[in-house]
Amino acid sequence: MRTAFINNLTQAAKVDPRVFLITADLGFSVHEPFRDFLPGQYLNTGVAEQNMTGIAAGLAHLGKIVFTYSIANFPTLRCFEQIRNDVCYHNLPVRIVSVGGGLTYSTQGYTHHGIEDIGVMRTLPGMIIIAPGDPVEAAAATLALCSDIGPAYLRLGKAGEPVVHANPITFKIGRALTIADGQDVTLISTGGTLAFTVETSEALRRKQGIHARVLSMHTVKPIDRDAVVRAAMETGGIITVEEHRRTSGLGSAVADLLLNEGIRPSAFRSFGLPDTLHTKTGTAAYLRQFAGNLETEILQVLKHAGFPTSRATQQ
Amino acid sequence: MKDCGALFPGIAMRTKNESELLARQIRIDSLRMTHRAGASHVGTCLSMADILAVLYSGIVRVDAASPLWANRDRVILSKGHGAAAFYSALARTGFFPPSELDTFCQDGSNLMGHVSHHVAGVDFSTGSLGHGLSLGCGVALGSKRANSPVRAFVVMSDGECDEGSVWEAALFAPHHRLSNLVAIIDYNKIQSFGKVEDVLRLEPFAAKWAAFNWGVREIDGHDHAELFRALASTPFTVDRPSIIIAHTIKGKGVSFMEDTVEWHYRSPNPEQLQRALNELTETST
Repeated sequence: MRTAFINNLTQAAKVDPRVFLITADLGFSVHEPFRDFLPGQYLNTGVAEQNMTGIAAGLAHLGKIVFTYSIANFPTLRCFEQIRNDVCYHNLPVRIVSVGGGLTYSTQGYTHHGIEDIGVMRTLPGMIIIAPGDPVEAAAATLALCSDIGPAYLRLGKAGEPVVHANPITFKIGRALTIADGQDVTLISTGGTLAFTVETSEALRRKQGIHARVLSMHTVKPIDRDAVVRAAMETGGIITVEEHRRTSGLGSAVADLLLNEGIRPSAFRSFGLPDTLHTKTGTAAYLRQFAGNLETEILQVLKHAGFPTSRATQQ
Repeated sequence: MKDCGALFPGIAMRTKNESELLARQIRIDSLRMTHRAGASHVGTCLSMADILAVLYSGIVRVDAASPLWANRDRVILSKGHGAAAFYSALARTGFFPPSELDTFCQDGSNLMGHVSHHVAGVDFSTGSLGHGLSLGCGVALGSKRANSPVRAFVVMSDGECDEGSVWEAALFAPHHRLSNLVAIIDYNKIQSFGKVEDVLRLEPFAAKWAAFNWGVREIDGHDHAELFRALASTPFTVDRPSIIIAHTIKGKGVSFMEDTVEWHYRSPNPEQLQRALNELTETST
């Protein structure tokens, strides 16, 4: 996703001189083409995220479309108040880019796990939150953000994520993408869990004949209301999937929406990290176990919804 | 220029006497506004009244008739709790009718207790300390790269310099040769909960900024001649940002408010307001 981001941003910035990239000293082996081709539209503030964000607001005030860049929690939590006051309060076109959202920096430890970022960003009025599901979405999201819209948060993975979309997509901020259609249950994923969600859904189809609808909810805010409502009305239940805490992430956003709309899905489960500290290190796959087992969760939801989960085995 | 009932309309350079009258008016307005609203921070308004008066007496290139003129200088009141004084300076130089000052902190008013960019003449909202210098860096850098004449003036407090973000920006500005950035510190030596010297020492203050490669001047922040001289001669050093450490007295101009912590918080009651206004009127005659 990182590569898709920088390549597309560089192309966009060559055409639109308003596009500006600021880093707080990260981007080694990634930013060099942008920096070297477009030095007038590039800035390294040093390891100083608060200053980076304030400067971004100042530049955006003068008409730039500014991308601030760092990893994990540094461009978000470290300078949250600058984002709140200097960027959002003034409704400026600043895009906060975090590489390594979720558990991407798994073995680097707890400090490098960006697992509250979506929740924190959701609290800000006007903040658009995009967590692309694969490099194709990351490219499209980057280009969509090179525009006049207000503040946005772009939560990326790192590098080497699998491509989920084999074909070109029509990307629109706030509009979920349907990866697979089905009526038994809906899996709504945001961010890098998309490939894993699709794999799990395909495994259940093969093993148990379960036909899941799979949505890539790349935009967590504003969330695609219609897609969520349709999932609740048309399918046997909803499971949200994310590398984020269950408190405050996509799962919360979907639950908030449905309850406020007065719609009750047959069953609901948010799959994500619990509200507990994890102190062991390990790969992302290892750490993801703290969220539970997605396949088991899906079966539980189906059972709760009255779905004959033994159907497949009877066939 | 449209007449808004302003005392000092226009952007022409005013004389020292006129800027002193403007400063006195800012003090009077700040006292009335904080009294009426039961608001805090009158002490800080009084300490920086002279700085604001001189800035808006022809130093900053702004146009009250065209507040969004693209090439205007950006004035950022990083010590956003001094909002009453800032609003007064803007109203008295024609950005909006001074009668609106009466709505300070009232229901439905744009004139909130910390600076709001929804007020004519204000570009950046502030109120949390340590934000303004970075905003100024962004404006100055963007302006420089665009070869634009826009300058950034950032008015800061001394207590604000406890914030680490100030020093992030302090490192940044000289590295990027932001000669179009001017910081003014209202160094009244009192912060929120005590004397700066007791809470968190800043001295040697000027030496710190000099060591960070800023052009530094220390002046009497109540002496309009010194303020004009310093503000009119930026950048002090070629290719460097400028900082004016303006030595001031918190509560300046009202004897019983001067150099006290409590007038950071209290708002004058009717009797105190009258005494304060009497003092300001007497000293000017």
